[in-house]
Amino acid sequence: MRWDFIDEYEAWALKISLGLVLVFFVAVIGIAVLKGIDVPTCVTDFKPFDKGELVQIGPREYQLKLLGRMWAFQPNEVVVPVGSKVTIYTTSIDVQHGFEIEGKAVNLMTIPGAVNKAEVVFNRPGEYRFVCNEFCGIGHQSMYGVIKVLPEAEYEKWKQEHGM
Amino acid sequence: MKIERYLRNITFWHMMIGILSMATGVTYGLFQVLARAGIYDYGIFTYGTKLYYQGLTLHGVLNAIVFTTFFIVGFLYIVTEVSLKRKLNRGLVYLSFWTMVVGTLLAAWAIFTNRATVLYTFYPPLQAHPAFYIGATLLIVGSWIAILNTVITHLKWRKENPGKLTPPPMVAVHATYAVWFLATLGVAIEVLFFLIPWSMGWVKSINPELARTLFWWFGHPLVYFWLLPAYLAWYFLLPRIAGGKLYSEPMARVVFIMFILFSLPVGTHHQFSDPGISNTWKAVQAFLTFMVAVPSLLTAFNLAASLEYAGRVRGGNGLFGWIKTLPWRDYRFAGMVGPMIVFIFGGISGIVNASYNVNQVVHNTSWIPGHFHMTVGTASAMTFLTLSYILMEKLFGKRPWSKKLATLHAYLWVVGVLIFAWGMMQLGRAGIPRRTHLGLSPYMNLEEKILMGIAAVGGVLMFTSFLIYFINFLVTVFKKPDVSEAEIEKVDLEFTDAYHKENENLPRYLDNFTIWLAIAVFLLIVTYGPIFYDVFRSTYAVPNAFSPFNPLNLIK
Ligand code: HEM
Ligand SMILES: [Cu+2]
Ligand SMILES: [Cu+2]
Repeated sequence: MRWDFIDEYEAWALKISLGLVLVFFVAVIGIAVLKGIDVPTCVTDFKPFDKGELVQIGPREYQLKLLGRMWAFQPNEVVVPVGSKVTIYTTSIDVQHGFEIEGKAVNLMTIPGAVNKAEVVFNRPGEYRFVCNEFCGIGHQSMYGVIKVLPEAEYEKWKQEHGM
Repeated sequence: MKIERYLRNITFWHMMIGILSMATGVTYGLFQVLARAGIYDYGIFTYGTKLYYQGLTLHGVLNAIVFTTFFIVGFLYIVTEVSLKRKLNRGLVYLSFWTMVVGTLLAAWAIFTNRATVLYTFYPPLQAHPAFYIGATLLIVGSWIAILNTVITHLKWRKENPGKLTPPPMVAVHATYAVWFLATLGVAIEVLFFLIPWSMGWVKSINPELARTLFWWFGHPLVYFWLLPAYLAWYFLLPRIAGGKLYSEPMARVVFIMFILFSLPVGTHHQFSDPGISNTWKAVQAFLTFMVAVPSLLTAFNLAASLEYAGRVRGGNGLFGWIKTLPWRDYRFAGMVGPMIVFIFGGISGIVNASYNVNQVVHNTSWIPGHFHMTVGTASAMTFLTLSYILMEKLFGKRPWSKKLATLHAYLWVVGVLIFAWGMMQLGRAGIPRRTHLGLSPYMNLEEKILMGIAAVGGVLMFTSFLIYFINFLVTVFKKPDVSEAEIEKVDLEFTDAYHKENENLPRYLDNFTIWLAIAVFLLIVTYGPIFYDVFRSTYAVPNAFSPFNPLNLIK
């Protein structure tokens, strides 16, 4: 291909721009691969559900089936011990919702007719707010919940108090 | 060249409908910042929260769809006639205009009567009145008629001018319309085959993820439809206003062609958080999204070089001396360079959004409206308002009533939007969602309330700036022309001269739009094919339809 219709400086601007975006892209994908911080992918082995719940599936391993509905999450309070790995599956039984955990790279669209998935590890105790971030009707602004990550001892106490 | 009275009048009405829409739209914008900051909760209206989301639907539709589409179609008519020196088909101009008007009225009726409080993305299973979807379709079909008119005119010009290169401003017109046409195909499929039959009750189910995917095939290139006419003005009008020349014409052409190629196969970057699409294809579109940043980086280079040239012609020297000598007090300069500067921040924040996994931090947070008020809300909208002054002068011989107020309006907006966007983006980083009546949210903490308060200050400044513009513009419309009728007849947009002009050296494939359209369609098919395959194999249609006011399914 002939490039002589643009001048030397323009050709340089083109090369620098291309180089810049390539560096960005490699950095972003590199982190996705090396650190495992990735975006959700296509889930085919989990069918949409109509009841939300937290299920323990191993030591410090949980499966959170999170249901979006107008205008509350089910469940809207989740309690786990520190160090837990939680696999979140989410869907909706009515309209589209969003599910985003404050301070974590978890941001999922909650969509009827589809299941979305993310994995998250809670290494620090604390209260993690999660909110609905897609307009879902007139009550949207009050749709939120909290994940309570408790230190080991407190978690045991909480379990006893709740008869679990 | 003489532009017939009818075209000048109809262009005026395109512009005027756009500006009146925007006036309504930004009024709701003001209510939004106040409501989100908990300052004012639609007290004088009795709808309560209903009005926030109804207002937000109006704000999105009127500002981002109606204002932009009408303004762009009108402006591009004038660019087409002036740069080709050839007449458009008058019948088609009227047909397009009235189709767009009827469509807009239908959709506006549905929204104003609260039958379509579904926001401008109208995601199902939230359901609007069929009039809303039909109105949107007519608006789009009307714009297609304008495209047809432009293409016919260009083809005739080709026949009459064998061997001549398409004038550069016309390349920008084609790029704008090519992007718009291919984009609107996606939303047309969504609306005609899915939403209308479902909202009429002919079919009971809808696949929300499929609808989203079709919508974003349209939704991203939509932003280039907004942006390219602003680029047209920056490339081909601004350098002359600044007192210089465009640095490079061929480079401008390459840039517009790159937009035809890469604007479309990138819509999935709005769906990084979606289910039903594998992350491989999300990564591919992330890559192409970075590619579409290239023509914008080249634009930054070309325009900066043009402005430097102008600054030096005006006597500026040294590394930065040329900046001082630029005509900062000229309302046309301020009204285009102001938005350009804001757009730098818009572009940088856009790279954040585009960055695949980084997007998880900002997706659907207040960061996003912070970002795009610096792009469409400023780079496009403010440039268009500046063009409205220029068009009033060129088409009707009416210079702005007050040039000082016009300059003030430009700078005040820049200050306002930067404060607004800063507040909104910080709020987004704290995880506070967009599209939310935060004034009523139980989860806001003090720091977040303060950030929203800061954003509200910016919003009030933006609204004030618009008000200044609006008054100035209306007075300009009603005042007497500043020049004689004979003078007005000779309309010339005064496109800029170039430092590096296009010549016979230019490879001919750069003037063959069929090739580029074909490649664009090819890229669209290759990138979207696997995505639709994923959506079909992993998502389902559901028998759902909901009003935003009631959690009961409308489908029994
Ligand atoms: C006075 C000027 C303006 C103010 C104060 C303003 C304020 C706002 C606010 C606060 C939001 C976010 C609402 C939310 O997410 O809850 C918003 C959304 C939006 N604005 Fe503006 N805005 C203004 C002008 C504009 C202009 C000029 C445009 C475009 C031409 C525009 C386009 C949009 C769009 C497309 C949305 C998204 C709507 C949605 O999420 O459905 N705005 N605006
Ligand atoms: Cu919601
Ligand atoms: Cu986009």
